[in-house]
Amino acid sequence: MAPEFDIPILTTTVDKMAQWARRSSIWPVTLGLACCAIEMMSMAASRYDISRFGAEVFRASPRQADLMIVAGRLSRKMAPAVRRIYDQMPEPKWVISMGACASCGGVFDNYAIVQGCDQVLPVDVFVPGCPPRPEALLYGIISLQRKIDQQKAFGYARS
Amino acid sequence: MDASAIIAALEKVAPGSGAEALASVDQSTILVPADRLLAVCGALRDDPALQFTALVDIVGVDNLPNEPRFEVNYSLVAVDVPARVRVKVRVAGDRPRVPSAAGIWPSAGFLEREVWDLFGVEFEGHPDMRRLLTPEDWEGHPLRKDYPVQVDVPVKFDAPTQVTEEEFRATMEKDRRLRGDLG
Repeated sequence: MAPEFDIPILTTTVDKMAQWARRSSIWPVTLGLACCAIEMMSMAASRYDISRFGAEVFRASPRQADLMIVAGRLSRKMAPAVRRIYDQMPEPKWVISMGACASCGGVFDNYAIVQGCDQVLPVDVFVPGCPPRPEALLYGIISLQRKIDQQKAFGYARS
Repeated sequence: MDASAIIAALEKVAPGSGAEALASVDQSTILVPADRLLAVCGALRDDPALQFTALVDIVGVDNLPNEPRFEVNYSLVAVDVPARVRVKVRVAGDRPRVPSAAGIWPSAGFLEREVWDLFGVEFEGHPDMRRLLTPEDWEGHPLRKDYPVQVDVPVKFDAPTQVTEEEFRATMEKDRRLRGDLG
């Protein structure tokens, strides 16, 4: 705030302002594929509590969600359904690949499991672990917030 | 109820069933020729001394180097007796075929779809033989011993399962008819 004025004004750019708003209210879509979802729920519950970072509102509709956490192994049969949910989310949207199975197939090196959900979705943050502890997923969300901070608010293109 | 008692009871209602007792560590096991399977299954369900009214599971087995290559196991439970039995059928590896038990136990419908999907054992007379666990357009039967563990097939995700309105209505109508038949 400028000290010489007696009115509450803060100067910033529209980019910074919009991205601050976006990163402070990342709403994940309710999607759990396997055991990683248990850790994800734990992160949302009171002990780890992602509402500290504004991301606690798990939406049951992809139309209201900004973030997809791929929590668990993604089977080939599930891939079209997950992709459809992703397509239904409005822009801007982000994806976190949670755990070894979602990121690279993990122990399921076989015909049934997609060997890395980045074959299906554009992933922003990979969280390693089997399953990752809630702290690790929290760190993934904070990393995503840092990434959003650096993105342009308008006219950005997905890489 | 041990296997010989089951076979003795079977001989009364379904003579010439060809069932024989097999050695097993946990529960009574009988081996039945594929062409007598339905007669034996019907007798196992309906005979008042047997009353195997529940089909719990159908399991496929692939003994690849050996012939007959495939084995289909039916786990039956007689809830009121109470008793358990495992019925085995052995079929050759070249186009394996087994009559469908879906007319005897409706629960066989899904179980036989699973065995067909993963082992490629055909169940003749099954009302709705489609793949259950793998994608609809999958090629091969993954639990066969000669199927590779990893396949080099790109992941399909851009064409989600689409059902036309006609297909949807046909399925609903079929379902309604099927349930009407079962009373």
